[in-house]
Amino acid sequence: MNARREDRRARTLLTPEGLALPITLAPRASRAGALIIDVMIIVFSLVAIPLLLALIVDGLFDDSPLARANVDDRVAEFLGILAILFAFFTWYGYFLVQELGPRGATLGKRMVGIRIAARGGARLTPEAVIARNLLRDIEIFYPLITLFVLLVVARNEAPIGILGWVMTGWFLLFLLFPFFNRDSLRAGDIVAGTWVVERPRTRLAKVLSVEGATKGASDVTGVRYAFGEAELSIYGEKELQTLERMLRESPPEALAAVHETICRKIGWDPGAGDERAFLEAYYAQLRNRLEADLRFGKRKADKFA
Amino acid sequence: MKAPVISSWFGRGQGEAPPDIESAALRSDRFRLEREGDWKRLEAILVRMEKGGLRRIADDDLIALPALYRTAASSLSVARETSLDAATLAYLEALVQRAWFQVYGPRTGFVRWLRDFLFGGWSRAVRELWLDICIALFVMVAGTVVGWLLVAQDEAWFYRLFPANPGDVRAPGATREQLLKSLGHEEGAAGLAGFAAQLFSNNSGVCILAFALGFAFGIPSLLLLVHNMALLGALLWLFNGQGLVVELAAWLSVHGTTELFGILLSGAAGLHIGRAMAFPGKRPVLDAAALAGRRSAVVMVGVVIMMVVAALLEAFPRQLVEDTGSRFLIGGSLLAFWLAYFILYRPAPRAAEAAA
Repeated sequence: MNARREDRRARTLLTPEGLALPITLAPRASRAGALIIDVMIIVFSLVAIPLLLALIVDGLFDDSPLARANVDDRVAEFLGILAILFAFFTWYGYFLVQELGPRGATLGKRMVGIRIAARGGARLTPEAVIARNLLRDIEIFYPLITLFVLLVVARNEAPIGILGWVMTGWFLLFLLFPFFNRDSLRAGDIVAGTWVVERPRTRLAKVLSVEGATKGASDVTGVRYAFGEAELSIYGEKELQTLERMLRESPPEALAAVHETICRKIGWDPGAGDERAFLEAYYAQLRNRLEADLRFGKRKADKFA
Repeated sequence: MKAPVISSWFGRGQGEAPPDIESAALRSDRFRLEREGDWKRLEAILVRMEKGGLRRIADDDLIALPALYRTAASSLSVARETSLDAATLAYLEALVQRAWFQVYGPRTGFVRWLRDFLFGGWSRAVRELWLDICIALFVMVAGTVVGWLLVAQDEAWFYRLFPANPGDVRAPGATREQLLKSLGHEEGAAGLAGFAAQLFSNNSGVCILAFALGFAFGIPSLLLLVHNMALLGALLWLFNGQGLVVELAAWLSVHGTTELFGILLSGAAGLHIGRAMAFPGKRPVLDAAALAGRRSAVVMVGVVIMMVVAALLEAFPRQLVEDTGSRFLIGGSLLAFWLAYFILYRPAPRAAEAAA
């Protein structure tokens, strides 16, 4: 089930060199999480920080000429304008500047490990980033704020009529938009020609064929495992790569189980104590054989092929 | 090799030294070991680029970047045909994808884009929307006429368009003196700056709404235009009754030429998206919408700038300048400026832009 979900999010990106790169679309949950983080950061910096500053200033200059009561109205007004402009540019600048940067992601997106990209391998342009961020306003914030206002109006027992339902419908329409298309695009993504993808972060793993029994004798017993044609022709690439993953990550107990399975399959008598060396040798020889076939254009996908 | 190496405790970048190439038993691992150095160098450059842009990167590395990217890309296509090492393949795919984002990423930062936008990009985008602008202009004129006619037919419409606002003298039955006074200037500049900032925030909100509603095939954008202009029509009718139309026009023109122009552009931008989605032509709907959306987004950034100008004009000169002639002069010269900027200002696009 999990693997099938991954499949549904897998897309291919064709670079200008003609190389097909696999990319994975970001799950809707992480996008929602990223948005919540971003909004919290903005709201916090717009509300909490000025409030804190005001408190500190009030405390510091309580009796001095800088106390609030003594400040000229014009100065207060000027500060008010600064606050409005600051809020406006924070609101739009936060998303714009960060998504145009080399990471293509806001702080929230970076935290959940996703970034924006142009659909279908085109170049991401500033226009696209602007378009997708302008649309975010009517998708989420405009209906939310209107609903909030309506709620306050309704509490004062003024009639709001059908408007409440209209705004709720609007809000739900855009909120659920990503569920009604294959690439989980929101309205802003459609208008801008972008999508949101997972940011790959893989470290280069160790080379397997330079150590242990991949090269020859076992370190523990000194035995040199050698497998014949029949024993190596049982498994295919899928099993080889499963074995590779286990050699890199699994604890000895898991390796013992795999060792037993393979021994039974190839008709050997499973011993004990030297499982890792056996598996390393089997891995190296199986891979050598399959890669040799590969060079002649023969692929064996799995044990059933 | 299993023994812990002290150097691997420090830093993420440099792990243990790669093993000797000849020591690898498999041919595909030797292939990997031969090229690993280049991959790691590319990765280090990418990490620095993602962190802080281009400034922190040595010239040598920057020159090497495209070559390293192509090396990694070709390593990947060779490895896909010769190697069954899943970990290496996954690493290469991720590396090439990250490098692709940097090599083919946004070519300009925000500041650079803003400069290109002011010197050519904006007026070019506006000219590309000429048909939508004509339609939106027609709708706006029609909206004004409709507003006038509605109120002329039945005064009750006036109260429907302007919900009752106690203290506002601008209502049917107002005397000439009252109306004239409402056009006059207020005392001094106190309070006007805050007023301007609030106006700006409000007006640009309306414009962004008109643009974003274009998503529903442009119809809500047009309705918004009709509604806003009907208000203007009703106001014109009211002042016409007392023979004050010229004074009202002068009062409005100070900021109105800029503000109405901005509303016109945002309505046209919304309509442009809606039209592209309704009639995508030979392109798939999504592509057509994306193309139109990017073009309109440029116009919209410009509209926000126009709204800043309009709010400043509305707060200061309109309230401080009282003379009808001067008001017309300010409004008219701004209109002339915008028209000249959008229609006559046509710098040649830079070579890089033309190629994009």
